[in-house]
Amino acid sequence: MRSLILSTAVRFLLPLILLFSVFLVLRGHNEPGGGFIGGLVASTAFALYALAYDVTQARKTLRASPHSLVAAGLLTALLSGLLPLAAGRPFLTGLWIKREIPVLGKAGTPLLFDAGVYLVVLGVMLMIIFSLAEEPKGERKAKR
Amino acid sequence: MPIRLLLTLPILIPLATAAAMLMAWRVRRLQRAINVAGSTGLLAAAVALFLRVHSDGILAVQMGDWPAPFGITFVADLFSAVMVVLTGLMGLAVSVYSTGSIDVRREAFGYYPLLHILLMGVCGAFLTGDVFNLFVWFEAMLIASFVLMTLGGERAQLEGAVKYVTMNLFSSAIFLAATGLLYGIVGTLNMADAAQQLDAADNPGLITTIALLFLVSFGIKAAVFPLFFWLPASYHTPPVAVTALFSGLLTKVGVYAGVRFLTLIFVQESEFTLKLTLVVAGFTMVTGVLGAAVQTEFRRLLSFHIVSQIGYALMGLGLFTPLALAGSVYFLFHVSVAKSALFLVSGVVYKLRGTYDLKKLGGLMQPAPGLSALFLISAFSLAGIPPLAGFWAKFALVRAGLESAQYGIVAAALGVSILTLFSMTKIWAEVFWKPGDESAQEDVSSFAVPGVEARPHSIRRRMLAPIVLLTAITIILGVAADPFFAIAQRAADQLLDRGQYIRAVLGGGM
Amino acid sequence: MIIVLAFVIGGLYAAAVYMMLRRSLVKLIFGLILLGHASNLLIFTAGRLVRSRPPIVPENALVPVEPFADPVPQALILTAIVIGFGVQAFAIVLLKRAYQVVGTDDLDQLKSTDS
Repeated sequence: MRSLILSTAVRFLLPLILLFSVFLVLRGHNEPGGGFIGGLVASTAFALYALAYDVTQARKTLRASPHSLVAAGLLTALLSGLLPLAAGRPFLTGLWIKREIPVLGKAGTPLLFDAGVYLVVLGVMLMIIFSLAEEPKGERKAKR
Repeated sequence: MPIRLLLTLPILIPLATAAAMLMAWRVRRLQRAINVAGSTGLLAAAVALFLRVHSDGILAVQMGDWPAPFGITFVADLFSAVMVVLTGLMGLAVSVYSTGSIDVRREAFGYYPLLHILLMGVCGAFLTGDVFNLFVWFEAMLIASFVLMTLGGERAQLEGAVKYVTMNLFSSAIFLAATGLLYGIVGTLNMADAAQQLDAADNPGLITTIALLFLVSFGIKAAVFPLFFWLPASYHTPPVAVTALFSGLLTKVGVYAGVRFLTLIFVQESEFTLKLTLVVAGFTMVTGVLGAAVQTEFRRLLSFHIVSQIGYALMGLGLFTPLALAGSVYFLFHVSVAKSALFLVSGVVYKLRGTYDLKKLGGLMQPAPGLSALFLISAFSLAGIPPLAGFWAKFALVRAGLESAQYGIVAAALGVSILTLFSMTKIWAEVFWKPGDESAQEDVSSFAVPGVEARPHSIRRRMLAPIVLLTAITIILGVAADPFFAIAQRAADQLLDRGQYIRAVLGGGM
Repeated sequence: MIIVLAFVIGGLYAAAVYMMLRRSLVKLIFGLILLGHASNLLIFTAGRLVRSRPPIVPENALVPVEPFADPVPQALILTAIVIGFGVQAFAIVLLKRAYQVVGTDDLDQLKSTDS
């Protein structure tokens, strides 16, 4: 059930949606947005890709495996918590870079944390979507 | 070491361990090494935390530097510190045991990362000082436990998991509803702040309702009397290492939360809830042990005993005297250690004989005398034979019961002890004593795991070492009970003097 | 308004429990989902319903403009929805697998682990 329209459109939509998801993360600092929805939106891009082609293709486009995305995200978020700990403040205290960075605006550990959340959500969502979409070939484990 | 680090390490170490293992997804040998290193680190951090709490009193840290009633507080009093040490101990025992007993397929699907996420959730639940944060830790722990329970996808596992998942989701929904209602009354989620606000609130009916909602939710998690049916239906289905970990930690988290809420938050008008707790405790003991009496499957029999033992822990809470709470704390620690040791023994027995059915087992006394001795020590401790750890815990509980003139519960506790002894000797007689089948020698090669490259001798060592460790703790807690019971008494005093806790959280920041 | 919501919450709880007590796996899932909704709505209602602004700090200001809605219940609900979402996704996969392995969606058939 491959649709030509969808599969052609997805090629253009994928980068757009990913770009939009990054925009949502950056906007999340002071306005609605943030790592969580950013990750969700990004995962819809790959879900759409899986729908248009198939899961194997989507995995190939993703390049990294969902597991490593989750791991990278967890470590990033952990790092954002550890930095203040090293600076002598409690875990997860927000630390800010004094000078404004162009495009990003005020950056600090919350942004790092959001980036971690983004990766974790993307990874977990894709794990769920891929394992639900892949029909059990022989013995595929039901796992998130 | 600074307090802020001490209080966060029990969360950070398992999380970092899990993340590191996810990175090493394909390298199973590395995963196993990280796994043992991580749980050793967790135990070390837990002991350091405990020593600090023991010398300095209650510690509190505000996460993210947000001041107390607004941010999330992490608090460690003696009770939570003891429970965190227990978590570290269970984590280490089970993770070492797992390296010898978990099959390749489960390893490949992330068994070890999940194990550590579970440990993180449990530590978080013990340390948090915030009602909603407790819910989050509960969920983290539950999701990890769901996957651990179903990993492998055997029919029995899936069937057990349907009940386990449904009941626990139901309990979470109740917890959530109760949290919302509590917030509606006091306008805060910080436990210490909520405790203070409730003192001023005058709506005893609604408060008791909320307290009961919380208790029902924790009751499902702790598997108390009318709400325990999911436990014996599911706990015997996953690999034995998982069962040992669940039995050692998950139900105890439910009891911990119940104790924390009833001693800290819902202390006003608590006569009814405490009386109810006592009745429930009695029924839990009796139904659990009676359910066990008719079982002939090794692990299912032990599962029913989990239920029965939870009754004793609740008994201390229901009596609500310093001695009784001290007994509960001591009992919780002892029962986790002893029960997990018994489950781990059942795993070794399965390796040797290939079945959990008591009727088919037998004759292990001669080929495995050491194993039968290990079993007997933990089993006797569970039944409360002096001078083992279980005796002192039950002695304290019974004495507290007599002092409060609650003769009914004391009679139930004593009767259930005898039935427990009956049950344990039944297992011992069936598995070890009764003449068994022909293959009389303990064969090391039966420890070999298909697909795992380690030699059978090394696997045998990895499976037996945790059991020896846990049994040694049971003996030490029994023979040299004095200093340890003093700790339990101090923990109970801290629980009953809630002003100390509230001051530690709200007074003077960190 | 609160009265209406109270009835809606009650209805959701009733429907959830009714669905969970049926014998079908699919209805069990629906029951669990409704249960989550009921709890979330309960938190929302218990956090007081007021007509006011969203609690967002406007540009060049340090505090949001009064009166603003209490953000805590909404934060709780958001967290609970996220957690509930993850758990429900797991439950669906689990029940799908259980259905494939056992070959029935009748809960009464899932009793080989009971005694």
